[in-house]
Order: sequence, then structure tokens, then C-alpha cells
Amino acid sequence: MKFNWFKKIIKDYPKFWETYLSYFDENQSKDKRYVVFDCETTGLDSETDRILSIGAVAIQNNQIIVGDFMEVFLQQDIFKPESVPIHGILKEGKEEKIVEAEAVIRFLDFVKDATLVGHHVAFDIEMINQALDRLEVGRLKNQVMDTDVMYQKLKYLPEEQHASLDELCDIYKIKKSDRHTASGDAFITAILFLKMKKQLMI
Amino acid sequence: MKNPIAERITDFLKNYPPFSSLTYQSLLEIAKACHVLYLEKNQTLFKINDTTHAFFYVVASGAIGLSVTSDADDILIDKCDEGDILGLRPFFAKNNYLMTAKAREESIVYAIPIENFKPFVAANSEVLNFLLESFASNTRNPYDKHHKGKLVSENVIYNDQSSEIQYYQPIKYTSNPITASPTDIVKFVAQTMASSKIGSMIIHENNKPIGIVTDKDLRSKIATGLFSIDVTIDKIMSSPVITVADNLSIAEAQIMMLKHNVSHLCVTLDGTNDSEITGIITEHDIVVAQANNPGVLLKQSKRAQKSADLKEIREKLTDLIQHSLDKNVPISHITSIIGEINLAITKRAIELAIDKMDAPPPAQFAWMNMGSQGRKEQLLLTDQDNAIVFEDVPEEKYDAVKQYFLELAEKVTRTLNKVGYEFCPAQMMANNPLWCKSVTDWQQQFKGWINAPGEKGILMCTIFFDYDFVYGNEDLVDAISHTIHEETHDNQLFFAYLGADALKNPPPLGFFRQFLVESDGEHKDTFDLKGRALMPLIDAARILSLSKGIKNVANTISRYSKLAELEPQNAPVYEACADAFAELLKFRTEEGLKNESDGRYLNLSELSKLDKVKLKNDFQPINDIQEVIKNRFQLTYFT
Repeated sequence: MKFNWFKKIIKDYPKFWETYLSYFDENQSKDKRYVVFDCETTGLDSETDRILSIGAVAIQNNQIIVGDFMEVFLQQDIFKPESVPIHGILKEGKEEKIVEAEAVIRFLDFVKDATLVGHHVAFDIEMINQALDRLEVGRLKNQVMDTDVMYQKLKYLPEEQHASLDELCDIYKIKKSDRHTASGDAFITAILFLKMKKQLMI
Repeated sequence: MKNPIAERITDFLKNYPPFSSLTYQSLLEIAKACHVLYLEKNQTLFKINDTTHAFFYVVASGAIGLSVTSDADDILIDKCDEGDILGLRPFFAKNNYLMTAKAREESIVYAIPIENFKPFVAANSEVLNFLLESFASNTRNPYDKHHKGKLVSENVIYNDQSSEIQYYQPIKYTSNPITASPTDIVKFVAQTMASSKIGSMIIHENNKPIGIVTDKDLRSKIATGLFSIDVTIDKIMSSPVITVADNLSIAEAQIMMLKHNVSHLCVTLDGTNDSEITGIITEHDIVVAQANNPGVLLKQSKRAQKSADLKEIREKLTDLIQHSLDKNVPISHITSIIGEINLAITKRAIELAIDKMDAPPPAQFAWMNMGSQGRKEQLLLTDQDNAIVFEDVPEEKYDAVKQYFLELAEKVTRTLNKVGYEFCPAQMMANNPLWCKSVTDWQQQFKGWINAPGEKGILMCTIFFDYDFVYGNEDLVDAISHTIHEETHDNQLFFAYLGADALKNPPPLGFFRQFLVESDGEHKDTFDLKGRALMPLIDAARILSLSKGIKNVANTISRYSKLAELEPQNAPVYEACADAFAELLKFRTEEGLKNESDGRYLNLSELSKLDKVKLKNDFQPINDIQEVIKNRFQLTYFT
């Protein structure tokens, strides 16, 4: 019998994390699933700022599956009044709020082994990873695709030349209603992703 | 859990029937279950004979074309825009799709699962009726009488306005035709035919057809003296008569006639000789049935009674252009046919205006179209450019005559505006006193422009040299042509000016073969297809044909082919120019039809790579022809 060096360590993780890891054990499911997501945050520092809300929607078979969707709003310990005008989420807003741990657990349960897609996604991934860190589990294992990087590839742009989501919406003629809500941005990014995915023939 | 994406889709759906009849809450449920698809231009959503999907579709943005295939050609039946529904077939029938749905431009489509929608259909009679009615009727939206609907049936039922498809519609024919019995006397049969204004009569025995008498029989057998006028009709009738069953399509009827080499078909109860006569199909019925046939449109415009009739014809013409482009009819054929119909519309507008005037025209006159209309290259509805020339009249009558024609022109331009041709923003229309003159005045005017060329004069020349006679006395126009020809002959200075003008348009490609886009203004960052690509070719064709003394040819493609004929050594360049021009014009037309604009400015980010390569190839001849002009008119010394 083979000896498993890591068995003991894995056993120490909470249940949700084990479940999350188990999704990666199986072979790739036949219809590749993508999850386009966006986090609204209190600011741009992944160390000190916190997630306000997460919006995510799944893509399968080149179709946005509207029903395969999640959106959560998070209770805030840190609240920065100066960012309210951007995202519109008040500390005592009317949305039902859950604690960060619960939000992250739901997020992991939602994304499973899907490829994560986002615009300037590295920041959002880092925000989630920081939250995972606070739960004392590992980091996200999912494959990641960034719509900004896709655009660079498509236009042969240098790596340091970035395009904002707004700019890409203009270029690809996507209506920009609901900007700066997590799920609104996720939906816009999803359409953008579908368009560029086709052009890049992924 | 709240789902803002579903809410957003709900907000969209609630504006369109049948969703508008549902409550917000139900719509939200539907929206939550739907999928969002992105389709590239020309990507297929479903194909004829595909098994039906579990979804039906709503166009969220872009446009999806529905087509059927016949003889390997795709025939466009309908176009679904924002809010239109397609793919309803699985609701009602188990068999496969009967049409192909393909994106005509980049589109986003909501796919709604039929399973989720069915309960709402069953529960809401309004929704059910809407779907049923639209499935059964020709119109897209049964609520709307004017075919402006929001729902597309998947049944193979054709919209009245689509042209080719009408070939497959059942033909309308005369039922209960006038008949005669075999013992009737020729003379009386002929009298009945004459008084009923018909060209044929079926001969029956016990209500079953045994033969037919047509004008041809009377002509070849009676008028030639072969038979006397008082024999019985059975002596001269053609027999047997070709019989068909009811519900024949136009195409079938036409094929039957060609096959049997006859011009009349007798409809009987069961389609054989041995059953009761129910009607007669004539060649005339077939012609009438093809409403969008160019010939019929031409005929209709001749008969139009008011501007609304002409407007309808112009709209049908737009369909015809779209269909022709879809079927890859060469652009030169399309332009010449469309040019003729545009001409007929203008002619009719003038006739109607003359009828409305208090008095007949006090002098001979001619109406000329100029600019793109004059060149007969106007596929899209652009603005009108026209002028009037009238014969020389004694000086004391001059003002009154001019006044009459100005009023006439006012009426005509207004009618044309109603039809859809915009007024010319620069007032280059016949109702402008400057563009309504006597022959001598026009001749003086052209002499002035030609002999003292300046910026303005050259501009006028470029517009006026592309004139086309439309209505009235053609001699007046010929007189002007003659003057122009005389004045320009060997006029080096004039050609130098005109040549410099032809080269003034900026080149389409930069040094690195990239597209040069507009750097400022309303159309910033778009490509000016007219200014940078079409105009240089048009201008070059004009100056070269003027210098060669080619008269009465204004169409750019015809000008190039004429030039190629006269100068075989340069023929490859001219032919390349003609081809490039046709291709570019097609590009502009498609762009214009798609955006309902004049198609002048292209948004480069919307073009596929293939389109860009094609465009660039079409630009090569521009450089070549401009080189020819530079050398021929020695512009290098002049500028």
C-alpha cells in the first residue's frame, strides 16, 4: 500500500475546503464550465481592504446560464465612506448581509473546479485568497483567465498596456447599465468574455 | 436570492409582446432560467432540418436573418431585430426546424427554455393567442396590421413583401371562368371574349374541359381565312387543355406552362381532364404574382397615383436590393436595374406634378438627375440632386416660364422627399433658381465653369458632368452635352484643374498599409468609404471619359468599360477600377442597409479580418488610376 505523506495535513482542513479540493480530483467534466465573477471592495489594497460583495455567473457551452448565478453582500468590519459613491453599498444597506467566512464558503461551493474569469482578475483572486487565508485554508486552485490579458493577446498589445472594462465595453459595444455592482460587472464581463473567446477561438 | 442579471433581462423582455402580458414576477422566473448567447456575424443559431432546440430565442441586440434554402441558394425570409422572437417551432410541432437562423451582424440572443415558458402559455390566454396567431398568420405580429411585428413564425409562411419566396406561394387565379360549349359559333364566342376583355375561353362539355380557345386561335385560324367566322367553336379550339389541381404554386404554374408550351392552364376539381372546371390560370396571373419582380415594380411606378404609392415601391426596392445582394447578383446588374426603377419613380413624380399644375408646361423642358442619381449608382436612399433645362423663350416671357418650372420643381422635389429621397443640403435641386435655366443660360454657365475654372466651378462641374436625362425633351440635354464636349476638347487648363481635383481626396491607406481614419469631428475614428475610396474612382472615371470625349455615359462602371475599350493598353487598370468600384459600392450598400444609414462611414472595429483584406485589395487600383491621371494631365508641373 502506498503511503500518503500529506494525508494527515489534509485531514486538518475544515469540511468545505475538503469538498472544494475534491472537485479537482475528478477528471475534467465534459462541458467545461467558466465562472465570470467580480468583487466590489472597500478599496484597492488587498491587505487592508475588504470584500463588499461578490457577483458571479456561469458560462457553459458558450452560453451564459442566468440561473447558475450567485451574489452575496458581506457584513463589514472595516467601512470606508469614501468608496460608497463608486459601488453604492452602504454599511447598513437594505441587502441581506452575511459574514465573510460564509460568503467565501458559498463562493467556493459555487465555482467548484470552473475556470475563473474576470477583468483585472488578479486583484479579485487576491481578495478571495486573503479571505481564505483568514480562514486558515489554502489558496484558490482554479484556472484563471483575465479579459484584459485576452484583449492584449487579441490586439498584440504590450503587457504593460491595460484597458479598462469601460473601454472594452465601448470597443465591443456592450451596454454599460449596472456598472459597479458586482453582478452587473460580472454580466458585462461575461458578454465581453464570450465575444473575445470566439475571436481567440478558445 | 436576488438575481440582478435576471432582473435586467426581465426589464428588457417586458417591453415586447407576448412577454408584456405577463406579470413581472413570472417574467423574472422565466429570465432566471434563460441563457445568454453571443453570435458572431454569420454564425448559425439553427439550421433547416436540425432537431429542434429546447429553447426559443429573443434577440437582445443585433439582427438574426431567417432563411430557407432552395436550389442551394439561401433566400432571406425575415430579419429579426431587437425584441423579435424566433425558433417557436418546438412549441407547436415535433418535427425539425424549417428555416435557418443566422446572425446578420454580431448579436446577443436570450435563449428561453420552452419547458419553463409553457406553464405561462397555458395559464395566460393572451400569450397563447399571440403565439398561435403569429404561428398561423403571415404577419410577424398579429396585433399590428402593418407587418411591423415583434414575432416571427417558424412556419413556412412567407411575408408578403419578400420577393423570391413568392414563387412558392399558391397562385391567385380567376375562379369560375366564362366558358363556352363546343357547339357555340366562333363569332359569338369572340364577341363574348371582347366584351368581357378576356384573352381565352375554356370549352366545356358537362362542366368538364375539352379544349380552349385563345386570341392566338382566332388570329391563326379565323383571321387568316382558314375557317369561316360562323363555324362552331370546336373546329378551332386547341385540345386537350392542360389541367391542374388547385393550390398550385407560382413556380409550378410557370413550369407547367413552359413544359407544355401554353399560356393558359385550366384548374379542375381533382386536376384531371375528367372533373369539373373551377378556374383558369393565365400568364398574366404569374406576372402579377411576382410583386417584387423589377419589371413589375417598373410597371407599378408607371401607374402610381400618389406619392404614397411611389414610397411603397421604393420600399419594395430596398427589399429587392437586399435580396439581390444576398444572392450575390453582380453589383453592376443591381445598379442598372435599380437605376431604371429610380428613374421611373422620378418620371412618375414629374408626371403627377404636371397634372397638379394649373396649366401645361409653357415650353419644352428636360429634367436631369445629377450626382449619384445621375450616375445611376444610388442604391441607398441618399439625397436628391437635380436640375431643369427649358428651351429658349422670348425675353418678355422668360420670367413667367421660369416661375412655372420652379413651381413644378418644388412639387416634384417635395414628392421625392416623401418617397424617401432627402432634400439636398446644398440646395442643388431644380427648385433653386440657379438650377432651373434655359438652354442658352446653361450653355453659358458651363462655358464659364470650363473656361475660368476655380474651386467652385470645378466642384459644380463634378456634379453637373454626371447628369442623366430623366424626363421631357432629350434634345435640350444633348445641346448642353455638345457644348461641354466642344469646350473641353483639348482644353489643357481645364483638365489640369479637374485632374488636381480628382487627386485631392486623401488616399485610403497610410504608409504602413493601415487604414487612414477620420481624425476629428462626428465620425472620428471611422473610415470614410465614400470620400477616400469611392470618390477617387468616380472622379477619375469622369475626367478620363471627358478627356476621351465619351458622351452620355455617366455610370462609373460603364465609363471604365468604355475607357478599356478605347485604350486597350490601359485596359487592365480600368477593369481593375471597375471591379474595385463594384466591390466597394456593394460594401457601402450592405453597410447602409444594415445600419439604415447612407453607409458612408465604416466602423473598422466591426469589420472582420477578411473584409479588411478585401477592402485593402480594392484600394490598389486607386493608386494606379491616380498615377495615370498624374501623368496624362501633367499634373506634376501644374501643382
